[in-house]
Amino acid sequence: MTAMQERSTLMQSLFGRLSWDSIPYHEPIIVWTFVGTIVLGMAVLGWITKQRAWGMLWRDWFCSIDHKKIGVMYIVLGLIMLLRGFADAVMMRAQQAMAFGDAMGYLPPHHYDQIFTAHGVIMIFFVAMPFVTGLMNYVVPLQIGARDVAFPFLNNFSFWMTAAGAALVMTSLFIGEFAMTGWLSYPPLSGIDYSPGVGVDYYIWALQIAGVGTLLSGVNLLVTIVKMRAPGMTLMKMPVFAWTSLCTNVLIVAAFPILTAVLALLSLDRYVGTNFFTNDFGGNAMMYVNLIWIWGHPEVYILILPLFGVFSEIVSTFSGKRLFGYSSMVYATVCITILSYIVWLHHFFTMGSGASVNSFFGITTMIISIPTGAKMFNWLFTMYRGKIRFDLPMLWTMGFMLTFVGGGMTGVLLAVPPADFVLHNSLFLIAHFHHVIIGGVVFGTFAGINFWFPKVAGFKLDEFWGKVSFWCWIVGFYLAFMPLYVLGLMGVTRRMSHFSDPDLRIWFLIAAVGAFFVGLGILAFIVQLVVSIRRRHELRDESGDPWNGRTLEWSTSSPPPAYNFAFTPRVHALDAWWDMKTRGYRRPQSDFVPVHIPKNTAAGIVLAGLSVVCGFGLIWHIWWLAAAAFIALVGGAIYHSFNYDRDYHIPADEVSRVEQARTQQLAALQG
Amino acid sequence: MSTHTMQATTTADDFIVREDHHPENGTLLGFWLYLMSDCLIFAVLFAVFAVLGGNYAAGPAPKDLFELELVAVNTAMLLFSSITYGFAMLEMQRNRIRPTLLWLGVTGLFGLAFLGIELYEFHHLIHIGAGPQRSAFLSAFFTLVGTHGLHVTFGIIWLVTLMVQVGRHGLNTANRRRLNCLSLFWHFLDVIWIGVFTFVYLMGVLR
Amino acid sequence: MSVRTLRHAPLLLLLLLLTGCKAVVLSPSGDIAAQQRDLIVISTILMLLIVVPVMVMTGWFAWRYRHSNDKATYAPEWDHSTQFELVIWTAPLLIIIALGALTWIGTHLLDPYRPLGRIDAQRELPADVKPLRVQVVAMDWKWLFVYPDYGIASVNEMAAPVDVPIEFDITASTVMNSFFVPALAGQIYAMPGMQTKLHAIINAAGDYEGFSANYSGHGFSHMRFRFAGMSGADFDAWVDTVRGSELALSRDEYLRLEQPSEREPVRHYGSAAPDLFDAVVNLCVEPNKMCMHDMMAIDENGGLGMAGIYNVKHLSYDGERRRDSVALDDAYVLSMCAVAPEAPISPAGGTRYGAARLEP
Repeated sequence: MTAMQERSTLMQSLFGRLSWDSIPYHEPIIVWTFVGTIVLGMAVLGWITKQRAWGMLWRDWFCSIDHKKIGVMYIVLGLIMLLRGFADAVMMRAQQAMAFGDAMGYLPPHHYDQIFTAHGVIMIFFVAMPFVTGLMNYVVPLQIGARDVAFPFLNNFSFWMTAAGAALVMTSLFIGEFAMTGWLSYPPLSGIDYSPGVGVDYYIWALQIAGVGTLLSGVNLLVTIVKMRAPGMTLMKMPVFAWTSLCTNVLIVAAFPILTAVLALLSLDRYVGTNFFTNDFGGNAMMYVNLIWIWGHPEVYILILPLFGVFSEIVSTFSGKRLFGYSSMVYATVCITILSYIVWLHHFFTMGSGASVNSFFGITTMIISIPTGAKMFNWLFTMYRGKIRFDLPMLWTMGFMLTFVGGGMTGVLLAVPPADFVLHNSLFLIAHFHHVIIGGVVFGTFAGINFWFPKVAGFKLDEFWGKVSFWCWIVGFYLAFMPLYVLGLMGVTRRMSHFSDPDLRIWFLIAAVGAFFVGLGILAFIVQLVVSIRRRHELRDESGDPWNGRTLEWSTSSPPPAYNFAFTPRVHALDAWWDMKTRGYRRPQSDFVPVHIPKNTAAGIVLAGLSVVCGFGLIWHIWWLAAAAFIALVGGAIYHSFNYDRDYHIPADEVSRVEQARTQQLAALQG
Repeated sequence: MSTHTMQATTTADDFIVREDHHPENGTLLGFWLYLMSDCLIFAVLFAVFAVLGGNYAAGPAPKDLFELELVAVNTAMLLFSSITYGFAMLEMQRNRIRPTLLWLGVTGLFGLAFLGIELYEFHHLIHIGAGPQRSAFLSAFFTLVGTHGLHVTFGIIWLVTLMVQVGRHGLNTANRRRLNCLSLFWHFLDVIWIGVFTFVYLMGVLR
Repeated sequence: MSVRTLRHAPLLLLLLLLTGCKAVVLSPSGDIAAQQRDLIVISTILMLLIVVPVMVMTGWFAWRYRHSNDKATYAPEWDHSTQFELVIWTAPLLIIIALGALTWIGTHLLDPYRPLGRIDAQRELPADVKPLRVQVVAMDWKWLFVYPDYGIASVNEMAAPVDVPIEFDITASTVMNSFFVPALAGQIYAMPGMQTKLHAIINAAGDYEGFSANYSGHGFSHMRFRFAGMSGADFDAWVDTVRGSELALSRDEYLRLEQPSEREPVRHYGSAAPDLFDAVVNLCVEPNKMCMHDMMAIDENGGLGMAGIYNVKHLSYDGERRRDSVALDDAYVLSMCAVAPEAPISPAGGTRYGAARLEP
């Protein structure tokens, strides 16, 4: 062996596949993004340092096991990743508006294909999921009158695992590449033969690590809802949002293991050379497609169900009315939960399964629209004979109701197999799922953020900028996606980086303008946050119940104390807080007892950090690093389990002081 | 509605629980839910084995590879370990630390024996060239059995950890809860193994 | 229900607008695609029956029950009405029953595996018509069409006579693609090692676009072909032109063609190896590689036992398809018996469509 070879073997065992060539410094777009990220990142870090906020951030947030803070961190993560995912969207829209005929656009396929994959993965796993989990985390314990979730430490760990997955995806932007396979990475394309690079490995490990977080948070919230409801809150007295969260978490626990398993099989194919999804040696790629959609379809409902709950709370609150048809709402939710497991095949009618199989799955898909339709009517009849206030949350809800029915309609259309044969994989499909995901999940998240922000921060969000954001989103959404329906009907397929027919161009230009408006909507939302923080004294809500709410979270101060409730509430009716208000509930003034709550810990962030290192090692085949990180991970978990001293009591004096301050605050308000 | 009847007498106490409210501990439910999710992972692996189990790629089939005697011994090891774990739990109920630890130790040894035999089997198969790369059937076999083995490995690590913890802190509430969880886990692995033994080995050889 | 009866629906205006901008899905030229279009239109109208009222009600309730309107009734405790609940659940249910029936029938009638029963809405298919057989291979990143009855093949161009049923056998060489000619019929996946089928018919002469509708790697955007619907005589002439080509699609030529390439020009093969498509589907174009159907037959009988373990050929694959230089160990199962090299043949047979024009 020559010295050269020896050196290269050494380098390989030290750095695996990683080398200086892995840094895409020859791609100006990425370099500038990198520079921008560094500058922005340094600015943020510098600002935090200047504020001397590191200690506070670490102690009170990163290590916090308070479900409220973790919920907020989830939403912040979702917002940050939304910016990345949206940047990808803009790049795609720009490329597709440019690349016609001789013009190849500014993105080579190598880059473009990574972008659409990253866009899908980020938007689903690191935007929509954190939004949904964040809302559930913040609101559910408050709504059911609990002091925290069932496993507070696990909650913190789950969040950091999700963030760890996001970190890996972000790393792929600057070191190596991301998958060029589409967001579900179908083999054989995602197999080692046709995707030999690190992209698919980034994809696999980011999702596996984030998946651990999602699964654990699903178990956590499920146990919380089942075991920790306040006395008197029977299942049928639970707020609808808690119900939809319950169903969502059932779906998470029952669906995510399938994703874990199928990705594990794909990684075995890639790392060990097994033959699950390969062409040769008896592998079967169709099995991957089936399995991933058995997870993938419930995932769609994991995203939308909690938002259905959000809309229910908002419609009833802002109509000043009890929710119409509570029990039919609950049954509808449960129906959707169950049905969502027997529709997966509608994502690949075109695989050639035969007419009877296809029509079975087509019809089950349509059946889902019945409970969904019932929900829609329930919201309508909640508005009927109400006194509707069109504050921001209600505005977003109206936007949702008018948009979502359209998206639902095109969805049912796609469920008709022969229609799907001509629309599958087309831009019509893209338009459809953005129609329901933006119209449902994104609008729902903004509705939820505007609704519960006063609870989180103690002041309302600015109305003007909220409206600007809302209208930009609405206009932007319709401009961006209606042309895609048209293009779909013109037979234009998805994931194209170049077109030959110049007549299509006008539609892509309109869509690009739409994306611009959506960008304005996001910008306006950020402005709304900043303006609201600056005007916080004017927007201050002392009452803790700015919307005349109906559920228990509005019975606390805004923001709620660390222990949520000084005394656990006793529930007599649905809309427990409304019941308390109408029956002249008076806050207890004395006889406070110590409150038992868990201690903060750094274990979650440390373990998640080790997972990132382990994942990075596996992606780049740096085996020693992966092994060391994994051993440290197991060792760390064991070490953590030796700590029995995990909670403490907030003394009665402290509780009493906080509650008295609250009493004075309320008294001042009544003046 | 009860609203009117209660209106006059409403006090703060109607709406709060004065005493410190301790919701029922959810650990066992949570752990059970985790096990069910784990069960789904195995369900996927079983389904994959059902689909690919016959794809030998013109290579060896189960009847060429599996030695049922060895697998029977292996199964016995795991079943015994479940029984001895049961004894450990009985001792835990009687609050006797040393016998509990003893039975836990025996359980761990049975587990190790199981793993040893499994590793021997794997080593043998790979050595003769029937590794997981040879055919889809072997991929599915190694993955299903290997995943189970990996679970047993972590079970043993957990068991040792718990033995140290019980040794140090005695049978306090937290440790009892943990022993209960591990008990669920251990028996769960037993149930999965019975599935593996039946569907993979027995039916494989009969096929 | 025929679309004709619904011509007056205002929706049609929109449809007409879209046809104006080449919405090929709404104005196709093949009977199958036309029936699929009809299903789209009918189901859209069915769903609008409920979607429009919901949207109107949303707007109307929002306006009527706005906070500032003191004239509207306010019933804060009203939260249940059995009649309303009944309507809420039955109205969507009825629509879905109608749509479900339509789906069941439509899916079976338009099953891509089902041989055609008619030429178009007006004309039944004569019993003695033999469909034109075309074998399609989706490759990286081009399309290969083999006409087994004519012994010819072409790349990135396909022709078919008007009003003659076409029977496609579809597979792929490496990764999943989707075979789609929007003007002709709905798509179906092209998958390696598997064969899908599509029955379709083109009713108007003309040049149509065909492409892959399932992303398959970086050459995907240019994986397009010309689908030409031709009169019988034109088709005959096209066949003759292709036959006149010097190029022969032998197995070796196929293996060369299989290498990834983009924007491949149209290419005609005057002759093609027999059973080539069969070998492609069974992943055994390489002469010493075991065919999947043989492998499956062996597996059915319990495999090859311990002897089979080493019946594997390893080769260092230097990465035509791979985009970086990692040379991984690639292997395949060896064939049990050698395949004699076959000369491509060009049978003189194949139906001529120019003379015996099908009667309408």
